[in-house]
Amino acid sequence: METAIEGKAFAPSSGEAPLLSIEDLQVSFYTYAGEVHAVRGVSYSVKKGSSLAVVGESGCGKTVTVQSVMRLIPTPPGRIKGGRIIFKGKDILALSEKEMQSVRGKEIGMIFQDPMTGLNPTMNVGSQIVEAIVKHQRVDKATAWEKAVKMLEMVEIPNPKVRALQYPHQYSGGMRQRAMIAMALACEPDLLIADEPTTSLDVTIQSQILDLLLELQERLGMTIIIITHNLGVVARLANEIVVMYAGKVVEQGTSSQIFYRPLHPYTHALLRSVPRLDRKTRTALASIPGTPPDLFVPPKGCAFAPRCPRAMKVCLEADAFPMELEKEHQVSCWLYHESNPRAAMELEKGGVAIER
Amino acid sequence: MSAELALEVKNLKKYFRLDRRRTLKAVDDVSFTVGKGEVLGIVGESGCGKTTVGRTIARLYTPTSGSIIFDGKDITSAKESELLWFRRKLQMIFQDPYASLDPRMTVSEIIGEPLDVHRLATGKERAERINHLLSIVGLSPEHASRFPHEFSGGQRQRIGIARALAVDPEFIIADEPISSLDVSIQAQIVNLLTRLQEERGLSFIFIAHDLSMVRHISHRVGVMYVGKMVEIAGSEEIYKHPLNPYTKALMSANPIPDPDIEKGRTRLTLPGEVPSPINPLPGCRFAGRCPQAMERCKHEDPELKEVEPGHWVSCFLY
Repeated sequence: METAIEGKAFAPSSGEAPLLSIEDLQVSFYTYAGEVHAVRGVSYSVKKGSSLAVVGESGCGKTVTVQSVMRLIPTPPGRIKGGRIIFKGKDILALSEKEMQSVRGKEIGMIFQDPMTGLNPTMNVGSQIVEAIVKHQRVDKATAWEKAVKMLEMVEIPNPKVRALQYPHQYSGGMRQRAMIAMALACEPDLLIADEPTTSLDVTIQSQILDLLLELQERLGMTIIIITHNLGVVARLANEIVVMYAGKVVEQGTSSQIFYRPLHPYTHALLRSVPRLDRKTRTALASIPGTPPDLFVPPKGCAFAPRCPRAMKVCLEADAFPMELEKEHQVSCWLYHESNPRAAMELEKGGVAIER
Repeated sequence: MSAELALEVKNLKKYFRLDRRRTLKAVDDVSFTVGKGEVLGIVGESGCGKTTVGRTIARLYTPTSGSIIFDGKDITSAKESELLWFRRKLQMIFQDPYASLDPRMTVSEIIGEPLDVHRLATGKERAERINHLLSIVGLSPEHASRFPHEFSGGQRQRIGIARALAVDPEFIIADEPISSLDVSIQAQIVNLLTRLQEERGLSFIFIAHDLSMVRHISHRVGVMYVGKMVEIAGSEEIYKHPLNPYTKALMSANPIPDPDIEKGRTRLTLPGEVPSPINPLPGCRFAGRCPQAMERCKHEDPELKEVEPGHWVSCFLY
């Protein structure tokens, strides 16, 4: 089959302009072993007030993508090779470092998997929040301190006045994550990026942090991008989902579309590979054979094809492009291309939705 | 599953003395059994003592008190020289496939080492057994001459499993064997373990923090909290009728990957955090966070009791 199959590249669904839109982002890392194509043309956008989850396995480029949004890619070895990141109408990749500093923290807040990477061990927690406030707002130290204590109170740290004077090592893991959230929200950013915010926490503490994020989002109307590999967390938090594999977006849609009508075979397999509390035990899990591809030499065709039970000849030859198959639901898979005579039937079948 | 017991743990305690005043009670009076061919899952949050239980049973630690009866023999205080038979029958699979394989050994040396220690095979037979073990875990003979760093996490875990199977054990303790792996790879390893367990009729202790995964592969599940076993029941039963308030909270905190169910769930979120196992307070360890705590819970320690056939719980509510 011809490699150059023309198709309509997707246009973002109509309606108001998204708060953030990433367009054809390409990021590589230049290592001794060669160029790692970490992000290979990623596009997704998030609407104001929405909570978007980015899911995928390690090395799929989900973290590198949001680090590019924050312009936190270490250069060298990393380099943003192409694409645009439009945040509130401006292209983040065209900003100077100085302009970027007023975006980071003030307009976009970020929390990390390991709260210790975001907290300074030599400063008390209150002062760290004050530092963030004073940097972006014209307030005096005393007002800033008051606000810092208020932020700690908002994230439900008990005894915030005393706790503000303590150092990160005096906090437990869950409290450090709360402190990070307080710091990230201190300047009321429009967008909060949470990179695996609960992965290092115990499940009862994870539950507390998720409650907190949901409540804050509702109260502050905040937009959230959460990166996680935990599909349970996604189900609880997200209303939109982006599924990534080997440096590309393979499917995106609303939470119900992705969970109940997954179209890409990878999404489908991913959903069925996790055991569920409400399911019968000791049945075989759907496993995906093999491992993700080597991104030193990205495959010519679809990166998932070698592991895909539905792979066709074309999948090894050329990569599929995103096709919008229903409102807000895009998938990059040849099964649904109009040149596949069975495309309509595949769509009718709707991937094979999870049995309920 | 037969009624015959593979392992009986009675009042097991493992304390670590930190200094003159502080003792870490990692495992504090835990009793349970594992039947032959049965999979017991042990679940709990960090610091609950689940790993210490596994390691103490495998006699990587010497118990502080209590008894461990393996295959009818008391191995609680057996000397290392008397444990060779036991080490052949019980093997461990560890969490971190990066740390548990010697980076300077080839795969065939790693898998062959237990064969040498127990003098099970030499020469051509040894090489054949190594190849056979590799194929059982889904690797191929050409992997034998490679080093651990040449493999992905999932493949390393397969090497660790092949090594554990080398001596043809009857009992395996797997301590968080999949938590460092990606979701799709986790499913591969879990399916492999389940298949091996069934084919070989292995008895199994599967230790993990992920309740849905533990429940998935186990016949029975034990829930631990700060050194104590708070509930043990069949894996269907524990989901449908959890009794201990901590088990209920753990169940409730575990998100289900289904947005409609998730959004409709009433959730029991626990306040506070897991207390320290260092010099624990008297009374039930969970009393400080328990929504149903009574006066009695602060002073007395509940015992693990069988409240329904096969369903054990330690809680004064029952």
